[in-house]
Amino acid sequence: MATKSTTAERARPATEPGTLVLLCLAAWAIPGAGHFWLGRAQKGVVFLAALTMLFVLGLVLQGRLFPFDLSEPLVALAAFANAGLGLPWVVGRMLGLGGGVVTAATYEYGNSFLIVSGLLNFLVILDAFDIAVGRK
Amino acid sequence: MSSHLLLLILFAVPVSAVFAALAREEPREQVRTGALMFGGFVAAAVVLGWLILPFPL
Repeated sequence: MATKSTTAERARPATEPGTLVLLCLAAWAIPGAGHFWLGRAQKGVVFLAALTMLFVLGLVLQGRLFPFDLSEPLVALAAFANAGLGLPWVVGRMLGLGGGVVTAATYEYGNSFLIVSGLLNFLVILDAFDIAVGRK
Repeated sequence: MSSHLLLLILFAVPVSAVFAALAREEPREQVRTGALMFGGFVAAAVVLGWLILPFPL
């Protein structure tokens, strides 16, 4: 009979620096991938679905994927936040999505969705890191 | 899609889900925390909306 797994029963991942870097890169590239890697598939599914949904909604709401313009500190910070989502952000930039329509009523909403999705993924990466090193 | 409430709900659902999954380990607790957080998002927005109603734009 299957029993509920506990933190103690789960296989401890390797905590070598190289493995941790790879884990964080995977978690950055695909939201939830770090948790999948660590055997926490349920959380991984939640992160993948929720963050992808936020990102897509942000684009649908005509938000902007900000460029790294260091002469405009707030724009650069927004770009850093956008970049937190990894591959969806890369693909969006490559396809020319996220141009942003300033005159659209939902423009600021879209920006908020896009920025928050990236920032939340940074939290998810930190959570995966904490699990990997045994802090959680 | 210009309903503020609808957009708030669309924002609150995934954000609550992510925070609940980060903060709790057991699925049952995650659902409870996520529901509470979602309710807090909506309730706070509605209350604040009424509070700022008298102020001019």
